[in-house]
Amino acid sequence: MKNMWSIAKKEIRAYFSSPIAYVVITVFLVLAGFFFYSLVWWFNNQAMEAAQNPYYAQQMNINQMVFSPLFHNISIILLLVIPLLTMRLFSEEKKVGTEELLFTSPISVGQIILGKFLAALFVLAAMLLLMGLLTGLTFAYGNPELAPVIIGYLGLFLMGAAFIAVGIFFSSLTENQIVAAVLTFGTLLLFLVMNWAAYSAGGAWKSVLNYLSFFQHFDGLTQGMLDTQDLVYYASFAFFGLFLTHSVIQSRRWR
Amino acid sequence: MIVVEHLTKKYGNLTAVRDLSFRVEKGKIWGLLGPNAAGKTTTMRVLTGYLSATDGKASVGPYDVFEQPNEAKKIIGYLPETVPLYADMTVVGYLEFITEIKQVPAAKKREAVERAVEETGLESVRGRLIKNISRGYKQRVGIAQALIHDPQVLILDEPTIGLDPAQIIEIRQLVKSLKKNHTIMLSTHILQEVTQTCDGAVIINEGQLMASGSLEELTASFNDKDGVILKLRRANAEAASLLKKIPGVDAVKRDGNEYRVEWAKGRQDLRDDITRLVVDKDLGLLEMRPAALNIEDLYLKIVSGGPVR
Repeated sequence: MKNMWSIAKKEIRAYFSSPIAYVVITVFLVLAGFFFYSLVWWFNNQAMEAAQNPYYAQQMNINQMVFSPLFHNISIILLLVIPLLTMRLFSEEKKVGTEELLFTSPISVGQIILGKFLAALFVLAAMLLLMGLLTGLTFAYGNPELAPVIIGYLGLFLMGAAFIAVGIFFSSLTENQIVAAVLTFGTLLLFLVMNWAAYSAGGAWKSVLNYLSFFQHFDGLTQGMLDTQDLVYYASFAFFGLFLTHSVIQSRRWR
Repeated sequence: MIVVEHLTKKYGNLTAVRDLSFRVEKGKIWGLLGPNAAGKTTTMRVLTGYLSATDGKASVGPYDVFEQPNEAKKIIGYLPETVPLYADMTVVGYLEFITEIKQVPAAKKREAVERAVEETGLESVRGRLIKNISRGYKQRVGIAQALIHDPQVLILDEPTIGLDPAQIIEIRQLVKSLKKNHTIMLSTHILQEVTQTCDGAVIINEGQLMASGSLEELTASFNDKDGVILKLRRANAEAASLLKKIPGVDAVKRDGNEYRVEWAKGRQDLRDDITRLVVDKDLGLLEMRPAALNIEDLYLKIVSGGPVR
């Protein structure tokens, strides 16, 4: 536990003592702000029109009309920025040679991996927290339901955690950061849209492809529906990614 | 302190280390000597737990490095060939991180960092970013990193590579000064490094053991002759023949005003007889030094040919 935290601290410091964390967080917030602003602006327009139509006014729901699409948009941004956060985690250690230092120290490979995972989660949490402050403005001027918003953020966090695990896995495969980022990006995109293939597939394949898709499990969460199945999906995705990383690193010692 | 038995390491079809056995006594500096690609780095990586072995045993102190890797790692300080530095950390920040991953108890961290800074002479750069310090200082930070948890064993992979001559001397002195508290094994392909800093050596080539022992043992095993080198003021052909007439002398070779006089090993010491002759004949003695065949000849022979023993 202590060792894991030592590694996490070192990585967090590395994120924030270089421009990486600042650039990623800033770009993320600018995009999140843009999407949020557009959605609120559109919602306002709809609300104006609805003012003349009592039936329509009843259908207005800020959770449905602003937060749910916002979370969907943000998931795409996470898909773009997380590979950039994770690409250096193992690639750089390998390239610079510090990997040899870590693996000859009396700490386990598992602790090293979890420490790095934790550090990336920390940056993710910081991004979502700052975005949360931004979107919190709607609570000052409107009355959205709180629970679905929190569940939506939880969904983003879990999805981000799964993304990070995939990123760490690819980072452990290569000493080239660009290669790690591109592989992560491609894999995430594939899993995100896997449910598209489910439309044309039949039978068992349909449900398998649907189950594997990131989007499929994200829909419910953006609408405030907390389903254990989705939580288990993201948790097991993250676990599997980290487990593969562990196997890759261990097997390299035996070659 | 370090015991390696029948160690073999293969990378696929390539055998990097083959049936290597040696031991290093406590409190000594031992050199792991061999040409490039002899298997030095691989051997060190196995000892430090970075790589697994294909076959064989290795232990450091009381711990088997394969059975109890964590215990072994705690008593080993390791400087890899490429010094493992984080360029964006300060020297002290880096050393603090190392105390954490090397399991230095929280109460002793500060003290450990200060001791390492002092022992390796890093005081003047302690607050600088590692990327901004010179190559020599980087090497020192690497050594500081290796000894910060006060390990019983230090394993240094080519500690002087890439340094300028002044820095090389500094690092060698530093390494020698560490002998008091640590058993040290350092690898090198430079022979002078061994003769100047080490008490003994393990010589390997193509992954195989060629010779091992203390420097005296190594040279002794190679020499079957004892001898001296004489430098005379009045050197001439007659001097050579006079020297040769001394009972017991096997050979006299002349090179300018230097004569190499050899006799069979283990016989009586002929130096008294030689001195007497030189003084009697008034040849003008400038210098007389033992012609113990140096380890250089041994090394060259090993690298070019087969095992000595």
